[in-house]
Amino acid sequence: MLRSKASRWAAAPYLVWMVIFIVVPLFIVIGYALTNADGAFTLENLATIGRYSSVFARSLLLAAEATVICLVLAFPVGYFLSRLRANKQHIMLMLVMLPMWMNFLLRTYAWMTLLEKNGLINRLLGVFGIGPLNMINTSGAVVLGMVYNYLPYMILPLYTAMTKIDDSIIEAAQDLGCNTRRILLRVLIPLSGPGIATGITMVFVPAVSTFIISRMLGGGSNLLIGDLIELQFLGNSYNLNLGSAMSLALMVIVLLCMSFTSSFDEEEMEGVM
Amino acid sequence: MNWIKKCLAASCALLLAAGAALPAAAGQITVNEDIAVSDGYDWTRFAGQNLTLNVYNWGLYISDGSDESVDVVSAFEELTGIRVNYTTFDSNESLYAKMKSGGASYDVIFPSEYMVGKMIAEDMLAPLDYANIPNMAAIGEEYKGWAFDPDNAYSVPYMWGTTGLIYNTTMVDEPPTDWAALWDVQYANNVLMFNNSRDAYAIAAKKLGLSLNPNSVEEVDLVMQELQDQKSVVQAYVMDEIFDKMEGGEAAMAPYYAGDALTMIADNPDLAFIHPTEGVNFFVDSMCIPATSKNKEAAEMFINYMCETSVGYANCDYIGYSTPIDAVWELLDDELKYSPIAYPGTEVMDKAEVFTTLPDEINAELDAKWSEMKSYDESGGSWMVVIFLVGAVLLSCFNIWRKVRKKVRDNY
Amino acid sequence: MNTQHKRLLQRTYIVLIFGFMYLPIAVLIAYSFNESKSRAVFTGFTLGWYKSLLQNEMILSALATSVVLALVSSVIATVLGTLATIGINSMSRRTQLIVNNISYVPVVNPEIITGVSLMLLFVLLQRAGLGGEGGIFGWFTLLVAHITFNVPYVIFNVSPKLRQLDPSLYNAAQDLGCTPRQAFFKVILPQLTPAILSAFLICLTYSIDDFMISYFNCGTMQTLPIAIYSMTRKKVSPEINALSAIMFLIILAIILVSNALDSRTYRKNQAAIRKSMAQA
Repeated sequence: MLRSKASRWAAAPYLVWMVIFIVVPLFIVIGYALTNADGAFTLENLATIGRYSSVFARSLLLAAEATVICLVLAFPVGYFLSRLRANKQHIMLMLVMLPMWMNFLLRTYAWMTLLEKNGLINRLLGVFGIGPLNMINTSGAVVLGMVYNYLPYMILPLYTAMTKIDDSIIEAAQDLGCNTRRILLRVLIPLSGPGIATGITMVFVPAVSTFIISRMLGGGSNLLIGDLIELQFLGNSYNLNLGSAMSLALMVIVLLCMSFTSSFDEEEMEGVM
Repeated sequence: MNWIKKCLAASCALLLAAGAALPAAAGQITVNEDIAVSDGYDWTRFAGQNLTLNVYNWGLYISDGSDESVDVVSAFEELTGIRVNYTTFDSNESLYAKMKSGGASYDVIFPSEYMVGKMIAEDMLAPLDYANIPNMAAIGEEYKGWAFDPDNAYSVPYMWGTTGLIYNTTMVDEPPTDWAALWDVQYANNVLMFNNSRDAYAIAAKKLGLSLNPNSVEEVDLVMQELQDQKSVVQAYVMDEIFDKMEGGEAAMAPYYAGDALTMIADNPDLAFIHPTEGVNFFVDSMCIPATSKNKEAAEMFINYMCETSVGYANCDYIGYSTPIDAVWELLDDELKYSPIAYPGTEVMDKAEVFTTLPDEINAELDAKWSEMKSYDESGGSWMVVIFLVGAVLLSCFNIWRKVRKKVRDNY
Repeated sequence: MNTQHKRLLQRTYIVLIFGFMYLPIAVLIAYSFNESKSRAVFTGFTLGWYKSLLQNEMILSALATSVVLALVSSVIATVLGTLATIGINSMSRRTQLIVNNISYVPVVNPEIITGVSLMLLFVLLQRAGLGGEGGIFGWFTLLVAHITFNVPYVIFNVSPKLRQLDPSLYNAAQDLGCTPRQAFFKVILPQLTPAILSAFLICLTYSIDDFMISYFNCGTMQTLPIAIYSMTRKKVSPEINALSAIMFLIILAIILVSNALDSRTYRKNQAAIRKSMAQA
């Protein structure tokens, strides 16, 4: 159907668009990364990244922490939601998605109010004679911001994967003498594999590249890769070439992460189907 | 706080009422109850041409109508019929980056002296036509002809000021007197610091007894090391976020611009401001027109408007910075007029130093070291990257191997 | 542990998680009614911040920019994407795979890289003299950037629907005398409409919400998220809380309405099915 030669032309405008605005920009990034300000070839930018390895380490670490926390928090939620009656599921899903539709700058800003030294949480703790705790402008606050912002991205794929698990499979496992722990390890986790994989990418990729969360909750001293890139493009250390090299490094990290989760994804998909 | 504002408003209204009664008002066009401009200037020549001026200023650096202040931008629109697209930046460096990378269709920008010098050197500014800016005559002579732009061919002074130390009297044991207090471990996690390279550098340099204009790359490295040592004491690197943090008692002390300190003290009387003994930075922010501006004449009209006495007064009154226009200073109420914070005496000004435009090599080192200082992490942990990379490569190898094996098996 | 305890535990857990997700928003909204500017103490009730928000020209013009930008970019992206889907569908498997993979790039790439790479492209175009004296950055670059990150969402929304279509319908239409063009507009397009509409809505929300990509490509323009960002970088006024409250209410309303519409069509369909069954 519709497989005429003529209809192929319908894609032409998009193909042109795609080449100019998706493919070419990526090559420009590579080009900038491999040249200096005068346009001569150099590997210096890539070598300079080594000096910022602590930032890359921090980004990876914080993003990984946030991803793990999201996974642990979201797994039970996904499971409970998937076991609800259909009409209830619908409402609960809406409730999960609703905060996602709020502008994320506003959501992050909300945590500033809460975490400050004279913020609400410290006031509340003060009533019980605890504190004041140092919460804002720490790496912990950055992780919290990531978890808060990206938790729905973990819940939704987990939920989708788990709705496909039939109740009878779990019952069968129970009948065969599995305890709760074994059901979780042998049945639920393997069967929700694709959801876990998607969730991990959907949380890890934006978390590792953010610069808003670290700037608003990290006080400018917990720099992440995103901050560093922004600093080179529109910030204090104007250096497009170095910024491009950093973007390239970030892309490599994301690609590695994706290749890992996607291979996992395919395999488990086969298992489910 | 409120009563101060009310008094200010009242005195302002009185002044203007007095002004309106004077015959001199004949030479004025009254835009609204606060703004009146000289009528010897053709303000309306662009009216009805659907012109938009892109004005790029520091955040909180104009009387913008909030807190019952005068909205000078909308008064300009009303007066001239030119629409103003007013946006803000938070440091000279980000202004430079934005201009350099091409978001350069601005018509009026407000860089500080060293940045004006740098932009002139890189041909980023358009020479001004003073026939369109007659109010240049109102600017005090001592603010004209500085080294960064000796003939004021490119820049008109907007405001000047000094840096200094603002602190919360309830949170310090004894009032600080010098920049070294910002390194005091006693205030660990209670210190805020400038979030731009030049201002932060200046403080560390002054603490070390050096000039805030480095002469060599080695000097930059030395001073940046000092900033790196300070990191464990610093709670956050901030620019205009400082208002909320200092007013809300989130930190004990922070360096910032004197004019903003006045605003903060007005909002929270626990705060106080000193000019540290090692010496401070004396800055002049100017109004310039980028070389790429398409509406140069209208931009010059905007600059001329900003130098009008009533406009200058509204701005000064609201933002607290020090004015280069004598007539505006005359109008200020005594509290601000003789404020040692806004208009410090000779003992401070003698030790104050002005930023100069740095040679490219030193500037590049400063920028690079700044990024490095900000990303420095005492706990180390660079090994994480290596482990991640090795792990990821191993995993993908394993996956490929498994797929190949599966394919081979499927073939049988 | 018996089932009742388990139930209770489940419920508490869900409530805690939802509390975590909604409490910050609730606090944000509560403080929009606070009389004093301080974020720490609640001094009295006022609606003044809403009033001053509605008079804040910067916010209003940013909102207008955002809405217009979202509408224009979504319309163009939807048209471009739908055409592309049809074209891609008639390509060979191999080309399909390549095109789809490239289209995935803006979806999976971190937003900051999409933003930065487009910015570099525009910088180069500008150096080549495009955009004249005033520079290229502004309305044009924002529009291009938004269309670029929106089109893939259209393709990935519409193409599954296109593949599910019954090919015999199209052939039947042609057998009955339709030209290919008529067959497309009268048979194929109506069946794709729901998918195209939902793709359009997705584009709208992404476009209105986008900060990262716009941030690098906005020039002198200010979209709503960029205005919010510049507000949080300054002395913060509770206007921002009022803005959050209004946005939350609008989103809630949209979701409730679309939900109600959904369930109404569902009930109607059910009724129709029952009726036809009864007649049979």
